[in-house]
Amino acid sequence: MNPTQKLTARRARVRSGISGLSDWWLTLPLGLFFAIFVAVPLLLLAAISFHTDASMQHWGVNQYQRYFTDPYNRGVLWSTIGLGLATTAVCIVFGYPIAWLYTASAPKWRRVILLCILMPLLTSSVVRTFAWVVILGNDGLIDHTLMALGWVTYPVKLLYTPSAVVVSLAQIELPLMILPLASSLGAIDTRLTEASHALGASQWRTWWRISMPLSVPGLLSGALLVFTGAVSAFVVQTLVGGGQLMYMPFYIYQQAIESQDYPFAAAVAMILLVCILIMVTALNYFGRKTRGFIHG
Amino acid sequence: MADTGNDATDHPNEYPNEYSHESPNGHAREDAKVHPQAHPRVHPDKRSGHHPRSFGYTMAIIAILGLLLLIVPSVVVLITSFTSGYSLKFPPPGLSLRWYKALLFDSPEIVDALWVSVKVATLATAIATVLAVAAAVVLARKRTIAARLLDSFFMAPLTVPSLALGLGILVLFNLGSAGLSFYSLLAGHIALCAPYVLYTTSASYAQLDPALLDSSRCLGASPWRTFYRIVLPALRPGIASGAFIAFMNSFDNVALSLFLSDARTEVLPIRLWHIIEDSLDVRAAAASGILIAVTLVSMLLMERFANASSNMSRQIR
Repeated sequence: MNPTQKLTARRARVRSGISGLSDWWLTLPLGLFFAIFVAVPLLLLAAISFHTDASMQHWGVNQYQRYFTDPYNRGVLWSTIGLGLATTAVCIVFGYPIAWLYTASAPKWRRVILLCILMPLLTSSVVRTFAWVVILGNDGLIDHTLMALGWVTYPVKLLYTPSAVVVSLAQIELPLMILPLASSLGAIDTRLTEASHALGASQWRTWWRISMPLSVPGLLSGALLVFTGAVSAFVVQTLVGGGQLMYMPFYIYQQAIESQDYPFAAAVAMILLVCILIMVTALNYFGRKTRGFIHG
Repeated sequence: MADTGNDATDHPNEYPNEYSHESPNGHAREDAKVHPQAHPRVHPDKRSGHHPRSFGYTMAIIAILGLLLLIVPSVVVLITSFTSGYSLKFPPPGLSLRWYKALLFDSPEIVDALWVSVKVATLATAIATVLAVAAAVVLARKRTIAARLLDSFFMAPLTVPSLALGLGILVLFNLGSAGLSFYSLLAGHIALCAPYVLYTTSASYAQLDPALLDSSRCLGASPWRTFYRIVLPALRPGIASGAFIAFMNSFDNVALSLFLSDARTEVLPIRLWHIIEDSLDVRAAAASGILIAVTLVSMLLMERFANASSNMSRQIR
């Protein structure tokens, strides 16, 4: 912004009736709604999780003790976090090349690639999960291909395995990784990569030393979206994972609806929430650090 | 390094002339550090054993595999939905429309669930859009800590797992002894929709030239007139793409609705979830086929009217 623009912007802020100080009341309806239907429910959830019994008479940290002393419960937590990390890793491996192809393509191809990226993003996640059930299931696409190739003679059990969950989740979350990566890669000053080539660096070297480091903000926001999406993906976890593989979201549902144990369900929900918040804080922290690094 | 000789001859072709007198120096220093014995003019591509074009090829191959991974599942479901058989066998034994007929004429519970979903998503998007646009025009221009805190509060439903939020809202309604109804479902979905509209609208508002507002005022327009004639038209693409994403998310949501809907207000994704979990009924494939078609058509419409896809790719960051 040059000084004139700055002045205009300030004048507009000071004088415009739409954005003056007196207009805070416009945020009031949404603020009230969120206070009642977001803040209060989450506080209630926290309060309930600190009750020791299902009838909610006594306070205590009993539910959390109960959670962390049982190896089964700890296993559910670790496999959920592992699922989030593995999904993020797969999304990075496929996301970078697609984002690179998008930025390197001619406008006509960009529209095609964008359609391929947005179409799955907007398709119902139940439908996309169902697609994986069809592909991985008995008599599915993979089974048929493998048997046609003569590699196996009997149907392989692919559905209801942890790797099946990772692959289908990665496919479902992939657009959320590609979009921030593509906008990050597209924002890199092309003179930097040109200078790197001119000074004799190979394309690989330029990629690892220039493009990748400069796209870290996009990588971090993509990783945030994918991780939070993956650990709370109820539909994929239950349909592709089946009843044998237990992850946090279904555990919450099972404890609340089937066992009617609200304090314990609330505690599990709070643990999941805290895990996500830790991840968000860590990624934001790295994001601030790299932003300072990139802009000098 | 057997091919050192080749590199020396390749080298002049790789770079424009104006740079060629600079590169040997740079290489000499690099090589002195990395490979003391190597020839000073060894091309870095060859030094690491890569073909000069290997980067483009590798990236393009992985990218095309990734793009296939993105679209193949939808195609598989579309083909399966036209099966003439009784199972989800792929490839299908024959093609027919029987499952679409079964879905439309013999499945009142799926059609009912569809109407509940459409009703909830439409109402939630409409209400969330009004609330979020009102908040966005204030928050987008403010840089105070209060405004930023409020903004992150409004974004919370994007990071908080919907399952936790749903359980919380269920507890709230139980405490108020209101029980579950269409309205509990609607309340949850409004909270889910608002962040998307707020986000895209704020992004559009940030791009609005403040000089326009200023001139509108100087020419004597009232704040409301300025809002309707200047601000709202400029925000329309942002609002439209936000509302579109919000509608799709509400329509698709399972985790929140799981706690907030009862037998009377069962939404379509939950109905489908039950079908897929219990019986792998082929009607689920037909319903999926319809949803894919609707998504594709509405995407192309949005692309035409609001240029939504370019907006979305710019704004999802």
